[in-house]
Amino acid sequence: MSRRRTWRSLPVVHQLRQSVGLQRGMLVTGLVLTGLLVLTALLAPLLAPYGFSQLRGPDGTFGAQQAPSADHLLGTTVGGYDVLSRVLYGTRTALFVIVVAIVLSIVAGVLLGLVSGYLGGWLDRVLVVVADAVYAFPSLLLAIVAAIVISGGQSSLVGGVLAAAVSITVVFVPQYFRVVRAETVRIKNEAFVESARVVGTSTWRIMTRHVLRNATRSLPLIVTLNASEAILTLAGLGFLGFGIQPTAAAEWGYDLNRSIADVTSGIWWTSIFPGAAIVLTVLGLTLVGESLNDLADPRLRSRRRAADAPPPADVAVTPGGGLAAGTDGSTP
Amino acid sequence: MTEPAREPVVDIRDLRVTFATDGGDVAAVKGVSLQLLPGEVLAVVGESGSGKTVTARTVLGLLPETALTRGAVVLRSKDGATTSDVVTLSGGDLRRVRGRDVAMVFQEPGSVLNPVYPVGWQIAEGLRAHGDVSKKEARATAVDVLRRVGIPDPEVRVDHYPHQFSGGQKQRIVIAQALALNAGVIVADEPTTALDVTVQAEILDLLRRCRDEFGASIVLITHNMGVVADLADRVAVMYQGELVETADVATLFAAPQQEYTKKLLASVPKLGQGAVRARDRAARRPAGWADQAPVVVARDLRIVYPGRFRQPDFTAVDGVDFTIAPGEVLGLVGESGSGKSTIGRAIAGLTKVSGGSLQVLGTEVAGLGEKAFRPVRKRIGFVFQDPATSFNPLLTIADAVAEPLVVHGRAGDTDDARGRVDELLEAVQLPKEFGDRFPHELSGGQRQRASLARSLALQPELLIADEPTSALDVSVQARVLDLFDELQREFGFAALFISHDLAVVDLLADRIAVLHRGRLVEEGTGEQVLGDPQDAYTQRLLASLPVPDPAEQAERRARWSALR
Repeated sequence: MSRRRTWRSLPVVHQLRQSVGLQRGMLVTGLVLTGLLVLTALLAPLLAPYGFSQLRGPDGTFGAQQAPSADHLLGTTVGGYDVLSRVLYGTRTALFVIVVAIVLSIVAGVLLGLVSGYLGGWLDRVLVVVADAVYAFPSLLLAIVAAIVISGGQSSLVGGVLAAAVSITVVFVPQYFRVVRAETVRIKNEAFVESARVVGTSTWRIMTRHVLRNATRSLPLIVTLNASEAILTLAGLGFLGFGIQPTAAAEWGYDLNRSIADVTSGIWWTSIFPGAAIVLTVLGLTLVGESLNDLADPRLRSRRRAADAPPPADVAVTPGGGLAAGTDGSTP
Repeated sequence: MTEPAREPVVDIRDLRVTFATDGGDVAAVKGVSLQLLPGEVLAVVGESGSGKTVTARTVLGLLPETALTRGAVVLRSKDGATTSDVVTLSGGDLRRVRGRDVAMVFQEPGSVLNPVYPVGWQIAEGLRAHGDVSKKEARATAVDVLRRVGIPDPEVRVDHYPHQFSGGQKQRIVIAQALALNAGVIVADEPTTALDVTVQAEILDLLRRCRDEFGASIVLITHNMGVVADLADRVAVMYQGELVETADVATLFAAPQQEYTKKLLASVPKLGQGAVRARDRAARRPAGWADQAPVVVARDLRIVYPGRFRQPDFTAVDGVDFTIAPGEVLGLVGESGSGKSTIGRAIAGLTKVSGGSLQVLGTEVAGLGEKAFRPVRKRIGFVFQDPATSFNPLLTIADAVAEPLVVHGRAGDTDDARGRVDELLEAVQLPKEFGDRFPHELSGGQRQRASLARSLALQPELLIADEPTSALDVSVQARVLDLFDELQREFGFAALFISHDLAVVDLLADRIAVLHRGRLVEEGTGEQVLGDPQDAYTQRLLASLPVPDPAEQAERRARWSALR
């Protein structure tokens, strides 16, 4: 069954091979930035000169708000932490929160969307109304409420990260729910699902074998876009003081919050670096997401031109009309 | 072939079109030269992928930006004053030519008209694009052209929106758009494919009037040889981007020169071919066959789709009686909306029965729950219309064919069922290696054969085929129909064969039932229904069907006009 499914048809790899020109540039930039994020998170203990909650070295305390120097390449914060170490360790928190938030919201969202879309009826109506209600809330407010409910204001490492992740999950579940539900409703009426019903396939088997895998095609795209949103929500929570304590984990939003006062007194290093980390992470993930989005749509995808033609244009359409490649040609 | 005095209005010289696609460059048209003379209907025929649509679209410069065009398409304006090479034109020049010299009629009238503007406005849009016309003049022209294409009450209807017209009327309006500017050339891309056969006859009649009364030359793109015989003066046959043969219509049908043309014409099903086969089958049946319990009995069957938002319910099937005996093929014919597919779906348990009685394989289906119906399901096979969508794109063909076996516990998984799957693929004349392929790697005909294999996996006593060949090219259709006939003989299943095409049904069915607006208007053997139709609707349906023979079609057309 996997004869023709090599690594080349994996989601991101496939699109990378397919892309050309500017779109390829965007995708590669995004992938490099995201790759750096993951690498840094994995190697943070090796890369960082100090621990994220370390206040003193062999020569005594670091001192607060020290300018960048040989000892502290990016200076120290108002709390006396090493900025470089906090920024590097921050990638771990960011990645951890992204992964937990997205795994949780995918599991919940896909399951609910599948059941809701396929079975329909009153369950569907209730779930859609709930999802719409969640949408109606400002997401940050919702995340704050969730954070308070979950952690009760206490924020240990696991508790704080989980609180952040779960509160982001609450915001994201409706998105996955809606996308999967819409796809399920569409696929439910496809001939191949009817064909399964005619054979007498059980509802559960139809949902898992025939509908599920076809309904999740656009998920990689939402995942990347949501990942960047998760970072922003996490930073927002930290900035507003609902995040993780500095002793529990390094978190960019918290560091930014603490550096507000520094900005006016000319201490730039405490805010620039965590801020830049957020921007680069979000930029990387968004570039990947947007490129995947464009590549997934044949109307937005640019292609190499036929030989000896004018330079590439952005729009590329091949209507079914005369070619009918989808129905007639068998792929070599 | 024609007198040299007449200058062609469209002169296509060595046209080559290449598309850039994900899979590399695709040459869609490879050096085609064609000429369209004034007042002529040139039919371009060919299978999907033959490049006929691409060729015709270059006349309007309507190709997407991925296309690279070489060669020349010289267009002469109606008065013969100016000529222009469409391939080299761009922007404003191209826009001036479009509409004034050449207009287009598309396949799907429903999606060509903008739903938020009245039709009169849309006709006037073309006038506004080509000169300063006052609102009043534009409206007067729109009313006039609507009247001339046969829309009743044009003064009132000009302000109506597209959804207030029927499919045939919409196509009339699209043609009116083309006529409003008095274009010299009309490119009609499958103008009747989306329409029912009785409406098709009317649109063909209108196109004929476009030529005779408006003096337009028409490029008619179609795959339907009946339509060609009905309307065309000259025919160009295309295959894989190349021109195979050009001849005037009588010559082409009477004495095709090229092998491909001969094959294409031979594969078109003709009315009356099925009578022999049906008699054959009837002779082979053992004595006492007629006394067996029928597999399907419908008595006063009613199926109603509940209306939404306080709209009245829609009665799709209204008091239909029929039976299908074991091993018998019942052909169900009707136009869109006649309820023929609904009946097939009700037998397969996909649509609920609202009233009357429907017995399938001895089980009363009306009011039966899904659980109770499940044992019956494994005795029914179903072949869907569009082989492209009836396979799960993520499963291999072997997975799909094995699915019924796995679901009903005959096999643990695909590997377990592989032996049987290979047998089935062999039965439908597919190499067993195809089992490892994914549906998109098969052509339409191959996919439909795989679909047959899947429906036969459980050796059903009843097979429902819902328009199994309407998505296929005519040459492919012929092979699938032959295969169906062979399999039916071999496996001996009873079948309900649903189609809108009388000739196809005639080829396979022992008996034919004609549906019209949810009612069964006529039922009998092929010879009875097609040879001597009693009901007025059946007579009209038969008369509207264009036959692939220009001389005979001319006669039929006369009879059709008389029936109207």
